[in-house]
Amino acid sequence: MKSFVTALLIGLVFGTGIAISGMINPAKVLNFFDLFGTWDPSLAIVMASALVTAMIGYRLVFGKFPKPVLTDRFAVPKNITIDARLLTGSTMFGVGWGISGFCPGGSIPALGMGESSALLFFASMIVGIVVARTLNNAWQRPSTI
Amino acid sequence: MTEFTPWFSLAGGFLIGLSSVLLMLFHGRIAGMTGIVSGLIPPIASDWGWRVAFVAGAILAPAIIIASGSPVAYSVPVSQTSLVVGGIIVGLGVFFSSGCTSGHGVCGLARFSIRSLAATVTFMAVTFITVYVIRHVIGA
Repeated sequence: MKSFVTALLIGLVFGTGIAISGMINPAKVLNFFDLFGTWDPSLAIVMASALVTAMIGYRLVFGKFPKPVLTDRFAVPKNITIDARLLTGSTMFGVGWGISGFCPGGSIPALGMGESSALLFFASMIVGIVVARTLNNAWQRPSTI
Repeated sequence: MTEFTPWFSLAGGFLIGLSSVLLMLFHGRIAGMTGIVSGLIPPIASDWGWRVAFVAGAILAPAIIIASGSPVAYSVPVSQTSLVVGGIIVGLGVFFSSGCTSGHGVCGLARFSIRSLAATVTFMAVTFITVYVIRHVIGA
């Protein structure tokens, strides 16, 4: 129960950040990427601010806490391989982000705007993830994910 | 046109970063939306509780801001077809890259992951190119 409450509150912090930073707004996101048109540099400030905060915060957390407050260990990815899978996936994500103006972290708080556009993107993204997972399981079993 | 909003973007970015730090501090997890949501698509991860709560909080936040009387700027300048096609491609992409802007771009870079750096440079560059092509080559 305690972990449900903390995760809910942390989700609220995340969603508030996405909403007030402008990451929730596809028009603003696409304008950031439109360097030779209606450029809006706001997103660079969002990313820099988030990154510096997380860098300092992670340093404090990992330096001062042997384990998380509510669980046994820090679940940090160990994978450091840069492979075709990572680069192909990142390329596809960039294409989809550029077409729609939505990334996963922007689209989920956008669902709270009560607009059908966010739901349409979100449902399509879930379809994409399910298709990818199905293809992945068919290609390589036993799955290494 | 959208207005340049340096202070709101600075504050919002800080909150995004803060949520990543708090999720690591309390739950020991990376605050990446791709990873969190993927665990809620069947087969559902055994630790679904915090995932549902985080997503619920993220969705509630703008609704609370609006209910409190502050507007949240939101406008979608693309067609429904673009949302569907873009959504499917994003879903395929983030599955194979195992992360998106929040997971790789914030959390991964913050812990100096070379893999996240490669992913972030790639998707940022490709998004710039995609928007350029759509708006200035195709002219949509």
